[in-house]
Amino acid sequence: MSKKITFAIGGIHPADSKFASHRPIEVLPLPPVMYVSMAQHLGAPAKPTVAVGDKVKTGQVIAEPGGFISAFVHSPASGTVKSIGPRKDLAGNDMTHIEIAVEGDEWAEGIDLSDTLVTQIPEDRLEILKKIQNCGVVGLGGATFPTHVKLNPAPGSIAECLIINGAECEPFLTSDCRIMLERPREIIVGAAIMQKVLGGCRCVIGIEENKPEAIRAMSEALAELGYAGIGISVLKKKYPQGGEKQLISAVMGREVASGGLPISVGAVVQNVATALAVYDAVQKNRPLLTNTLTVTGDCIPEDRMHNYLFRIGMPLSYIAEQAGGVPENAAKIVSGGPMMGKAVANLDACTVKGSSSILYLSAKATKRKAAQNCIRCGRCADACPMGLEPFLLNRLYKAGDVDGLEKNAAQDCIECGCCLYSCPAHIPLLDSIRMAKGQVMGVIRARAAAAKAAAEAAKVEEKK
Amino acid sequence: MTGIIIWTIAVLSGLGLLLSLLLFFVAKKFKVEEDPRIDEIEKVMPGANCGGCGFAGCRAFADAAVKAPNLDNNYCPVGGNEVMKKVAAILGYEIKEKAPQVAVVRCDGSCSHRPRTNVYDGMQSCKVKAALYSGDTGCPFGCLGCGDCVSACRFGALSMDPETGLPVVDESKCTACGACVKACPKGVIELRNKGPRGMRVYVSCVNKDKGGVARKACTVACIGCGKCAKVCEKEAISVQDNLAYIDFTKCRLCKKCVAECPTGAIHAVNFPVLPKKEVTNE
Repeated sequence: MSKKITFAIGGIHPADSKFASHRPIEVLPLPPVMYVSMAQHLGAPAKPTVAVGDKVKTGQVIAEPGGFISAFVHSPASGTVKSIGPRKDLAGNDMTHIEIAVEGDEWAEGIDLSDTLVTQIPEDRLEILKKIQNCGVVGLGGATFPTHVKLNPAPGSIAECLIINGAECEPFLTSDCRIMLERPREIIVGAAIMQKVLGGCRCVIGIEENKPEAIRAMSEALAELGYAGIGISVLKKKYPQGGEKQLISAVMGREVASGGLPISVGAVVQNVATALAVYDAVQKNRPLLTNTLTVTGDCIPEDRMHNYLFRIGMPLSYIAEQAGGVPENAAKIVSGGPMMGKAVANLDACTVKGSSSILYLSAKATKRKAAQNCIRCGRCADACPMGLEPFLLNRLYKAGDVDGLEKNAAQDCIECGCCLYSCPAHIPLLDSIRMAKGQVMGVIRARAAAAKAAAEAAKVEEKK
Repeated sequence: MTGIIIWTIAVLSGLGLLLSLLLFFVAKKFKVEEDPRIDEIEKVMPGANCGGCGFAGCRAFADAAVKAPNLDNNYCPVGGNEVMKKVAAILGYEIKEKAPQVAVVRCDGSCSHRPRTNVYDGMQSCKVKAALYSGDTGCPFGCLGCGDCVSACRFGALSMDPETGLPVVDESKCTACGACVKACPKGVIELRNKGPRGMRVYVSCVNKDKGGVARKACTVACIGCGKCAKVCEKEAISVQDNLAYIDFTKCRLCKKCVAECPTGAIHAVNFPVLPKKEVTNE
């Protein structure tokens, strides 16, 4: 095995707490009613294509993309569309949902439900992309960016390396680990498909050292299938290794410039769960309806932790019930990892493509301590994996200095929370930097829009 | 010894004289011609530099007022009609008189009316809280209670009521500069006409959810039933997105809607309390 690698600057080492990593994936039974959100992905929400009263089958398209960066949504069960309207999402904000009264699990035609491994990859690149798009595949690493857009870089940019992200650096989460253990061959075929789409670049699967079984399972599957140009890199355990830019730094030793995309340094990063979804879409014609989710936390015993194969549109409260109810001593429920996940304000919210966990945290683990004054120790600057100075950004935000924030690259923040984690004075650094980032992005966007308008005006003038 | 002192005084005085002459000629040569009316206007302005007029401060407003062809788009909400009359007199313009306004908090979701569904312990700022999620109650539209409006107010007219967790406007101090309106991420605060002797009728709710959902989140929410709009003779009330709104330019303060509202979301303030007729059981 080659040398263990990691990203160049910053990072922290929280306890990994992967208690649920030995629990096999269980399939959740269907609930009586499911609510499918139209915002399953980054970008414009999808537009419903079904009407109230329509009969739908599992895997049938129920919503089409609402823009270039958007994705198809498919019915997670067979039944009747009961209503289409606003419903509160995870954060308590309104979003259009399609309500489906579940009557069974009859799949639409043309979908291969068998378990047989299909290793023959289609020849036509565009056909593969079309399949990925039609199956509504989005990045399952957290950002849910539509995969067909990411796999089709703008002409002129060449992908040199496809990085498959199996780092799973967030504490507690074990879903990626489980799929690498249980479906390694499918993931590798998925990676090979994406490799082909990108024009046969090299492919590296990055896995953190704290998942030795997953590394072994993946290596064995790779040896068995014998695809050329795919390798496995063992990464040192460090948070946020699973960040796109951090993984590129670790694997390729390159840094993405401020405001640049990974493709500018020849990299495309996809999560292991996305590779699995790509396999299902291309080889089995199966749309993205399911994903793996971990029910875990620091205040439940290990026998109540689960890794579930869920369908989109299942209420979180239903999943919590299936896992034995919400523990009484849980002070906070988080969807996603403890570092970057979002607190659940509404347990009636439903799962989306990118859901990765229900995390029960005790008061001791989550309660924030009162903020004190900055003592200029510089720990936040040491921890920041983007090389920013969080203490300075916090001060500039408070002073309302947007120019200063832009000069100090507040827009580069990846919101990983390392600064907040390392601050001995408990200053809510991330809260203010997130706001600052929003302000700076607004200014940058306004400037770009103004420049575009000016260029167009100049063009019109020239024609005259 | 005396020689040194005399020399020193002579050299320094000479130098002073020379430099003052230099300054005098430079000031003459490079004088910036400024409209003297700017200074005059600045003198009559309130001098709070609050930015309520849309300019960086009182002098910037004076500068803009002098350059503008009329005063239609320039109005100092803090000084009101009185100050604007003085400004108009200096410039020789006419002004359109505006009714005095006041900031109105359109949310009555106190802890007893609007039960808390979760606990927020992040940064105490409404802006940050609103960016994270819908808030610690079932109502995603109402006041978040972190007091961004209070810190935005330059006149000390806003304060948080510790009992209700809602901001309270001190009408005697509010100048309707609109800083709080801009600071509120939820758009809860509105500038409304002060009304005769401060009497106003308004819908104290901004919830656009359907009736049942709104009512479940808050007992005093507007449920969009439209009863108020039906009873209003002046057509001042419109219901849009399950929310009633009273147009203060049309409202004649009859208070019929207040009696009609099933949830008590319509507030009538500063009306004189009529002495109740004594009921005698004879």
